[in-house]
Amino acid sequence: MKQRLLNKPRKKLKKRNLNRSLSGDITLFLVLFLMGLVMLLPIVIAVSNALKPLDELFVFPPRFIVRHPTFENFIDVFRIMADSWIPFSRYIFNTVFTTAIGVSGHVVLASLAAYAFAKHKVPFADGMFSLVVTALMFSGYVTQIPNYLTMKNLGWLDSYLALVVPALASPLGLFLMKQFMEQIPDSILESARMDGASEWYIFWNMVMPNVRPAWLTLIIFAFQDLWNATGSTYIYSEQLKTLPYALSQISAGTIARAGVSAAVSVLMMVVPVAVFIVTQSNIIETMSTSGIKE
Amino acid sequence: MKAKKKAEERLTLADYKQYIKARFEQTKRGIRKGKVAYLFIAPYYIIFALFYILPVAVSIYLGFTYFNILEPPKFIGWQNYVNLLFADDVFQIAIKNTLVFAILTGPIGYIASFIFAWLINELPRRIRAVMVVVFYAPSLSGQVFLVWNVVFSGDVYGYMNGLLMKLGIINTPILWLTTSTYITPVLVTVVLWTSMSTGFLSFVAGLKGIDRTMIEAGCVDGLKNRWQELWYIVLPSMKPQLMFGAVMTITSSFAIHDKLAALAGFPSVDYAAHTVVSHLLDYGSVRYEMGYASAIATILFLMMIFCNKAVQAMLRKVGA
Repeated sequence: MKQRLLNKPRKKLKKRNLNRSLSGDITLFLVLFLMGLVMLLPIVIAVSNALKPLDELFVFPPRFIVRHPTFENFIDVFRIMADSWIPFSRYIFNTVFTTAIGVSGHVVLASLAAYAFAKHKVPFADGMFSLVVTALMFSGYVTQIPNYLTMKNLGWLDSYLALVVPALASPLGLFLMKQFMEQIPDSILESARMDGASEWYIFWNMVMPNVRPAWLTLIIFAFQDLWNATGSTYIYSEQLKTLPYALSQISAGTIARAGVSAAVSVLMMVVPVAVFIVTQSNIIETMSTSGIKE
Repeated sequence: MKAKKKAEERLTLADYKQYIKARFEQTKRGIRKGKVAYLFIAPYYIIFALFYILPVAVSIYLGFTYFNILEPPKFIGWQNYVNLLFADDVFQIAIKNTLVFAILTGPIGYIASFIFAWLINELPRRIRAVMVVVFYAPSLSGQVFLVWNVVFSGDVYGYMNGLLMKLGIINTPILWLTTSTYITPVLVTVVLWTSMSTGFLSFVAGLKGIDRTMIEAGCVDGLKNRWQELWYIVLPSMKPQLMFGAVMTITSSFAIHDKLAALAGFPSVDYAAHTVVSHLLDYGSVRYEMGYASAIATILFLMMIFCNKAVQAMLRKVGA
């Protein structure tokens, strides 16, 4: 391993420079760097606003960076939470619970199906999979009305089921998982079959441990969806509502809440960004197989 | 070769029957043999069919009905579509806005995602990891785009107004999000800011996986600069990722609504930020005219599928 790290890249680096001019490098990376700053600026403003005391939020001209950082706004968020007639821990529980169930269920169901699509060429599988790819091409708004009617008929309105069940079958997850699983050599699976291993054993003990990067990727995408789901279309009862919904209610308040609102969006941002930073290399590994081939 | 062709010509109806029968038997055997595979697919696929495929069919059907949820749907033929296309002025605004936003944010966001991914790819490993987070964070972080409300706030405390007034370019604050001429450019900026999403990650990953020896071979064959390298080697080997990125971009740019509504309000001033999805939600969740809303959903569906297919056909020609 160490040998590989030491030898290979250095050789490549030299060759790569063949097509690079220094002036070109400098201009392009200056552009990249500036764009990076532009991308970062709003997030910096959000964090800075969240840390501003009230008198700093309304000054002219506005200051980009906070002078006297304070956690007042965050404390306010929790104070408002404590005052709401549904205990705030309930909203947190709702989001954490639906996210946990939805994400883990999605990973298991999508992996099961992906394994069959990738490694068992059964009749109609190609057609079924191409329907999944087609489903990537239209958004959830198209299906919203019929889904509402389906939920109504199943009696799932105003329950977690309405939030969780559709998320279990998100097409992006199955697509990424199937593409990734195709890399696993058939010969390994075949020899296990010879030894009498059941399909479930092969799936659970051989395939799944090998596609860890892919399930981390499915986790982050499913997590993003469910973590940010307000569920307001399907859920009416206050005690079943989710964290993003409750927080959007807080930030919908008046001017005095400007700092609180910034604190809320920072709080909601921290979790997915942290998850992404931790899992980044796995996600990139999975996305390398994400291409749509003809 | 010729003999084979002749043999094909001589196939009779009986041969075809036999062939079809054989195929049928083969399929049946395949299904029996693949029982376990179907069991693996079933739990996912039942949910998928119920919430992703069936709704499209239902939506197409409901588009031909008058349906207000309380009474059963009443078939009215093409009436909804006739009303949409010829009588509904707001829908025409919505179509125009959707196309404007999609055309401005889709291609620019897509090309920018690729170019940034391409530049990031040449950075050292650690800096690359940081840059990926920097570019991906805006689309990752849910509600944080609301900070643009503060940037483009209509009073003097908004950053943009503050900056322009300090520089002496304007004297009175501009109502960025409630003046119809400013709404589009402001919202396009915000949407572009969040456009480095799933496709961007796919590009980063695809570029990382390109076989270096191909580029080295290209150098020997006389590629002179990075742009030639990009066109002749990088782009052709990125085709699958380019397709994937295109699908993700097109789907999200036609479904544009959430961010616009959160910033410009719903309904927005002069319908300046009113898109097809806004119109769909207006009739579906506010007025409960489900038949009419389904007709809008069907049009949205066709727009997305058509554009996806068209762009895929175009991408097939890249570098070829």
